[in-house]
Amino acid sequence: MLFLATDLISIFVKSIFVDNMIFAYFLGMCSYLAVSKDVKTALGLGVAVIFVLGITVPINWLLLNEVLKEGALAWISPSFAKVDLTFLAFIMFIATIASMTQLVEMVIEKFSPALYGTLGIFLPLIAVNCSILGGSLFMQERDYTLAEASVFGLGSGVGWMIAIVAIAAIRMKIRYSDVPKPLRGLGITFIITGLMGLAFMSFLGINL
Amino acid sequence: MKFLKDKILELRPLFKKGGKYEKYHTVFDGFATFLFTPDEVTHQGTHIKAGIDLKRTMFIVVIALVPALLFGMWNAGHQHFLSLGEFTGTGEGFLDKLIYGAIKVLPIVVVSYGVGLGIEFFIATKKGHAINEGFLVSGMLIPLIMPPAIPLWMVAVATAFAVIFAKEVFGGTGMNVLNVALVARVFLFFAYPTFMSGDAVWIAEKADGYSGATALANSIGGDPGFSLYDLFMGFIPGSVGETSKLAILIGAVILIATGIGSWKVMVSVLAGAGIMGLIFNAIGANEFMNVPFYYHFFMGGLMFGAVFMATDPVTAAQTEKGKWYYGLLIGMMAVMIRVFNPAYPEGIMLAILFGNVMAPLIDYIVVQANIKRRLARA
Repeated sequence: MLFLATDLISIFVKSIFVDNMIFAYFLGMCSYLAVSKDVKTALGLGVAVIFVLGITVPINWLLLNEVLKEGALAWISPSFAKVDLTFLAFIMFIATIASMTQLVEMVIEKFSPALYGTLGIFLPLIAVNCSILGGSLFMQERDYTLAEASVFGLGSGVGWMIAIVAIAAIRMKIRYSDVPKPLRGLGITFIITGLMGLAFMSFLGINL
Repeated sequence: MKFLKDKILELRPLFKKGGKYEKYHTVFDGFATFLFTPDEVTHQGTHIKAGIDLKRTMFIVVIALVPALLFGMWNAGHQHFLSLGEFTGTGEGFLDKLIYGAIKVLPIVVVSYGVGLGIEFFIATKKGHAINEGFLVSGMLIPLIMPPAIPLWMVAVATAFAVIFAKEVFGGTGMNVLNVALVARVFLFFAYPTFMSGDAVWIAEKADGYSGATALANSIGGDPGFSLYDLFMGFIPGSVGETSKLAILIGAVILIATGIGSWKVMVSVLAGAGIMGLIFNAIGANEFMNVPFYYHFFMGGLMFGAVFMATDPVTAAQTEKGKWYYGLLIGMMAVMIRVFNPAYPEGIMLAILFGNVMAPLIDYIVVQANIKRRLARA
């Protein structure tokens, strides 16, 4: 039991800091770059991503292990024991993610129209946010258990949120800086991301 | 002095608008105001009258760094001769050690200043704004956080990288997000790891067979290998400026007395490191965790980072309350990296960079909390 708990904590912390979606894998960059102009909006999108990642990774785990994997459907009839549907994993993952995104969209529209307005197109675009599909694929690749998958999904979301909120605060700070003209906007954001990646390399190689 | 002043006044028209060297007027102004107080006054807008300006601020920090630099030179020589088995006593061969160390360290200083100021002058001329003195401190910090045996071209590359990508692209002095000197070091650390870590680099021209391991490297086995007195005085291998805690504390006193370095940051970094050290002492799961927590203050660059780098007024948290959180974060991270991360023996460099990255967010949270509290009061 204790071993299980430390294992889960280790995965959680690792997915936030060591395997940070942005700074270790550079996944989910599009919305990270586009919505990081203001801390409040970034926080909103960050929470949405945590929610979607936290839900879709375990759901996709269930799909993968109870439906798609070879032999998972054997309970229907013995003739299904050889059926391997993992080639459908991509499309099934995307379907789950898209429906969850729809859900988040409806919830945000209902409860925070202002945030809904500022997030704009990037809210439905969570469906194609690479970090979210990436989360599910890492789950598949690393053979997590259900508990590990849930914790990993949550942790990856938190890591992504920390990244976008931190860069939003930095971008607010340098809003009035005299950045060379060609670098204004996205250019300087890429440079900041690279420098932040250097700072996050402090976690690289940590074994919990 | 009179001669210099006359010369400057004589040359000045050449650099004025319409003069022959108009393009280089920023460089000229930079040198002229470096030597003499300019007689120019602001022509419009708000005036603030204060004895302190950017140049003076920077100079006080440089003065605060001088004890660490001088000791670093002597220690570079001391460690070299120690590894050869000559002049093993700390009192022996003072001049030999100092001269040997100066030969090793001064070129690093010259290269760092030369490359950094060169880039600054070039960009100031291009952009047509005045040269600011921002690099004076960074240029002094860079040699102090390098191993004494570092090849000079690496210093040049790292300095160029840091000045361009950590400072000039953000708009120059006072606009950078990360500490410039630390970016230079972290660049070398990841680009040329064999020259920045390990046991061989901390002593210039070390004799073969002499261990040369730092206290932090020894600590993985549970025993720092140096007495607290040696660690405090700085008779240990390490980066040029980081070894002598005594010299660093002299600098800290200068910074705090002049109000340039924030004592809150210094105290909270040390407090964070202490707290984390105590927690690890309590857990005690491996040998490193069992190293008494107060050793962490005296090993490696923690003290140097806390006094000279975490306090950088540009990249640190700006709010007074935020400074506490910022310092605590750095101190805790530094000890955590030291103990947990087998890849990096020293954590303070990356911890401060992490603190720099998080500082704007900390400020944001503090300011928002303040707004909320005052709204609730109204």
